[in-house]
Amino acid sequence: MIVVDELRKHFQVHRRPPGLAAAVRSLLRRRYETVKAVDGVSFQIERGERVGFLGPNGAGKTTTLKVLSGLLHPSSGKVTVNGHVPQRREPAFLRGITLVMGQKQQLMWDLPPAETFALNRAIFDVPRARFDATLRELDELLGIGPLATKPTRQLSLGERMKCELTAALLHQPATLFLDEPTIGLDVAMQLSMREFIRAYNQRHEATVLLTSHYMDDVVALCPRVIVIDGGRIIHDGDLKALVKATHPDKLVSFRPTAPVDGDDLARLGRVVRHDAARVVVEVPEDRLREVISHLLATLSVADLGVEDPPLEDVMRKLFKHGAAAPAPDGPAAP
Amino acid sequence: MNAGATLRAMPTLLRVGFAETIAYRAEFVIWMLTTTMPLVMLGLWTSVAAEAPFQSFTQADFVAYYLAMLIVRNLTSSWVVWQINEEIRQGTLSMRLLRPIHPFAGYAATHLSAVPLRALIAVPVAVILLVSSARGVLVDSVGDAALLVASLPGAWILTFFVLVMIGTCAFWVERSMGLFDVYLGVFSVLSGYLVPLALMPRWIQVVAEHAPFRYMLSVPVEILIGRLHGAEAATQVAIQWAWAAAAVLGAHALWRAGIRRYEAFGA
Repeated sequence: MIVVDELRKHFQVHRRPPGLAAAVRSLLRRRYETVKAVDGVSFQIERGERVGFLGPNGAGKTTTLKVLSGLLHPSSGKVTVNGHVPQRREPAFLRGITLVMGQKQQLMWDLPPAETFALNRAIFDVPRARFDATLRELDELLGIGPLATKPTRQLSLGERMKCELTAALLHQPATLFLDEPTIGLDVAMQLSMREFIRAYNQRHEATVLLTSHYMDDVVALCPRVIVIDGGRIIHDGDLKALVKATHPDKLVSFRPTAPVDGDDLARLGRVVRHDAARVVVEVPEDRLREVISHLLATLSVADLGVEDPPLEDVMRKLFKHGAAAPAPDGPAAP
Repeated sequence: MNAGATLRAMPTLLRVGFAETIAYRAEFVIWMLTTTMPLVMLGLWTSVAAEAPFQSFTQADFVAYYLAMLIVRNLTSSWVVWQINEEIRQGTLSMRLLRPIHPFAGYAATHLSAVPLRALIAVPVAVILLVSSARGVLVDSVGDAALLVASLPGAWILTFFVLVMIGTCAFWVERSMGLFDVYLGVFSVLSGYLVPLALMPRWIQVVAEHAPFRYMLSVPVEILIGRLHGAEAATQVAIQWAWAAAAVLGAHALWRAGIRRYEAFGA
């Protein structure tokens, strides 16, 4: 279980304008500025939950993950992960968590991943039999096979990510912090990563806290999302509720079997797409029933469907309002 | 991680460290070349002492001194400052901090496992030359030989943890390599690396006696070439181990303070 109470992490950042004169001035006198990366964040995550952590760049997502995994000392506030205070980095705490960063690696660059696996087995003190069993399980889920014996530098990004995940999970942590785990991966690899994360979560009742720029990752994996902006939580709860509260319109889409007049469509709602193959109209939810009845009665349509707007649109709308806008569900209860 | 678990992990840490050293072949050749400074000094001083002894050093003494220096330097130096400095600056330290083992144990394993390979060529050659050219002056009593054996790990620990402290300064200053350059200047003079301390002005000798540097190189070298014996050698080795213990404690204290400031940039 993860408990975060009024977490703050502030950094002192050295500011210097460009140019030689500024460089010399900064030698004599430095200007520092406090950046509030995380500014009073509170939430709780129960064992086995899969939670998406969303927010624009610099919102404080990664900083929060780093505090939760014990890399950063909080400026103030209380954090416990599985009963441990992360920044103490006690062995029992570190054995229970893992942090996977899509842009950083723990695999040793010039050696095959198998060497990192062996190193982690020794460092995490995993008994040989359990290590072999876990490696077999991860191989079955990820299909590492012969990759483990090729030097890391010769692996493709996707292959490397599989091995990174294996190295990160060999000690069977109960809590997974995943920071952009699918960044740079092709669609097929993204898909198999998602399947893997879900399978691991279900097999081990593992808690997953995930940040990703790919909204599909979040939609596919996380029933609950925490949205953070400017270091503060602006939504914590059900993903569907967030979509509904932020962007209550629905997308009505159909294939026209006869030409449709644009003006007719405009009367129904905002026309998102209008061509011979597909028509998509954005309709306020309270008018949905009326619009669909009207469509069916007056137009010749096939493949009629109703969808939520893409999460990207929801996020864009949410962050345009910024933290000043009332949060859909209100801020998370401490 | 408790000491028992660290010890159990050590063979694997050393084995993987060794495999890494082998993977970086070019770096390891360069390393061997950078530790050849004693040979340069050897050439210089043997020509100075060609006609007559220079103070208390004959030509043969210089040969013995610098060959011994080459051996001790190869066995005790490391590039841990560079490693810690880079890991802090680039945020790759994060990966190390996620592992349930003290980062010092990881660094120590990496650097210890590199010693055999890095010393592979230089040390056997130097030992053969030393034994063939200076057998007369070398350590000859069992007691002194035991002190020599004790002084080598003492020198390694002292050097390693002083370097760890310099590297750890990267938590506060943007690049601790600048500090390392200053350190290297002072070290080269006060450790006897460039010139035997016995040939230095008296005041430098006094300073050297109260600083840790001579215990990193000069003390093992002096025991090896028979310039430090018996009780005096034992006292020097005891002081060396006291410095080593202080360096271990100092490095831990500095690390504990520094890690609070770690910002895990980019990672």
